Amino acid sequence: MNELLASLPFRAKIALALAAIALIAAPFLVDRYVLSILLLCLVSAYLGQAWNILMGFCGLLSLGHALYLGLGAYAAAALYVQFGIGPWAGVFVAIALGVAVAVALGWLSFRFRIEGVYFALLTIAFAESARIGFDNLAWLGGAAGFFLPVRPEDSGQWQNLRGGPFFFYYLALALATAALALSAVLRASKLGHAWLAVREDPQAARALGVRVVRVRFAALIISAAMTAIGGVFLAFWTNSLFPAQIFDMSRSIDIILAPIIGGVGTLFGPIVGAFLLTPLGEGLTEVLGAVGLNAPGAKALVYGLLLMGIIAGTPSGLWPWLARRLGLEQKQP
Amino acid sequence: MSFSLYAEVLIQGVLTGLVYGLMALGLSVIFGVVRVVNFAHGEFAVVAMYAAFLLFGLFKLDPIAASLPVALVFFVVGYLLQRTVVQPFVTRPQHEQFILLVGLAIVIVNALLLAFGPEAKHVELSYSFDSYSVAGVLIDKVRVFGAAAALVVTATLLAFFRYTPTGTAIRAAADNIVGAAVVGLDVKRLYAISFGIGLACVGAAGSIMMALTDMTPMLAPSLTLLAFTIVIVGGLGSMVGALFGGLLIGAAEALASVIVSPSIKSMVSFALLVLVLALRPQGLFGKAET
Repeated sequence: MNELLASLPFRAKIALALAAIALIAAPFLVDRYVLSILLLCLVSAYLGQAWNILMGFCGLLSLGHALYLGLGAYAAAALYVQFGIGPWAGVFVAIALGVAVAVALGWLSFRFRIEGVYFALLTIAFAESARIGFDNLAWLGGAAGFFLPVRPEDSGQWQNLRGGPFFFYYLALALATAALALSAVLRASKLGHAWLAVREDPQAARALGVRVVRVRFAALIISAAMTAIGGVFLAFWTNSLFPAQIFDMSRSIDIILAPIIGGVGTLFGPIVGAFLLTPLGEGLTEVLGAVGLNAPGAKALVYGLLLMGIIAGTPSGLWPWLARRLGLEQKQP
Repeated sequence: MSFSLYAEVLIQGVLTGLVYGLMALGLSVIFGVVRVVNFAHGEFAVVAMYAAFLLFGLFKLDPIAASLPVALVFFVVGYLLQRTVVQPFVTRPQHEQFILLVGLAIVIVNALLLAFGPEAKHVELSYSFDSYSVAGVLIDKVRVFGAAAALVVTATLLAFFRYTPTGTAIRAAADNIVGAAVVGLDVKRLYAISFGIGLACVGAAGSIMMALTDMTPMLAPSLTLLAFTIVIVGGLGSMVGALFGGLLIGAAEALASVIVSPSIKSMVSFALLVLVLALRPQGLFGKAET
């Protein structure tokens, strides 16, 4: 973290501080609706950081990150509802489950040298299998969904993540900040340099003595664990889980959009992407509604066109371009 | 359950699988030559289904016969799409290609949703419920016709790649892109033709599928996944592999839905996928990378 701060120009430090103050003060300044959108931005930034560690740092393209999100969410929710075990304990089970599945996937792919497109498609297959599996798992509600009880007498039980909008907002802010800090620390660490070496050229990295498989496992495990924690947050925030939503391919796409649009492999890319795309989606609903185009599908259609336009126009993401423009680039060590 | 029921289900699965195989073949050709994974593949299949549905409604054209005009139009669409939208992405990283094509997929599904609504569409043919009886086993007539059409298209393509100068040039470009450019082949044109052929396959397959199943825009993502599974099982880039993979997955899914339950059938193909990746990562018919 210190390296990160030291590498930032003065202007960037000011910008970072202002952003932090604005986000901390936001709940007292904006209404509930805007706050809920800010919360979505923070969650998206957090999950984007998790995915970015795997893809941006280590070069492994996962298109099935909904897998770890859903596993984490279901693990913590099941423990809470079926056994009365609170989420602060449940989160460790959620992490363990996510990591266990990630290790299975990693073993299968790294052991048999499944790389590139094949790895990406394998992650989709795992996520889809989980979706179908949970759809048929009657113990956890199956396709009809699994619900956490919302009782008035529970409200304010922070130990069980039963809080109001403020509580979840600050929790999301804490998660997003922690994810940024962790990414910064990892990026500057020995492991981070090994990741970059493996990302750029696995064979050259191997020749230099980098343990490629071990390094990839590390990225996969950290990324899966972070995503599983995000799942726990989502479960207790939304109080309802449907396999067709939380394990869906479109969920995986949502997770990776922010970091890709923001800038893969950068520290601030996932944040920039999240704070651009989430309001964009919400704003589209408003704008299209205002001009009378609120037929189902209209919003998604425009969103799809925007995605194609943005990715065609900014090859390496928005953040590198933005940082150059505003003079916020990190100094090269 | 009797033997004849299993035989029936197996044969229906194989016949449907051949049509799936044709769809997957399109994905395989595009990836094999252009090296871009078409994440909007199932979406194009659904567009073809709507085209066949409209042709049937307007001209009473049989969806299986409609596969020819639809395939021709899709070839042109694919050619232009590669020339304009996809070509700049050929040298870009996979995840950026992914976003481009996922964006395209989102646009297609929602345009269809806007134009036609979410209701399931269905085509009633005069022979929809006819069947052949072979040794006490009933086989749907429409599936036999569909599978035969898929085989004809596939055979035509194999002949094209094998015997025509353009087909040979495309194989050369797929094999060694630098070498192809050095000997003076117009690689961009070959890419566009390949993308066109890929879409022609999915166009033909989609039309035929309209005769076999009900269709909604929401079918698209699962068809994309199905095509991926088939080409990986068969071997990305292998034409025979795509067809065989389709046959295998079609049979496995059909059997799984009678033996276990219909909702579990995609899991069986994913299990097959994992098995193939573990035992033979290049797919059943793929060449090992050296």
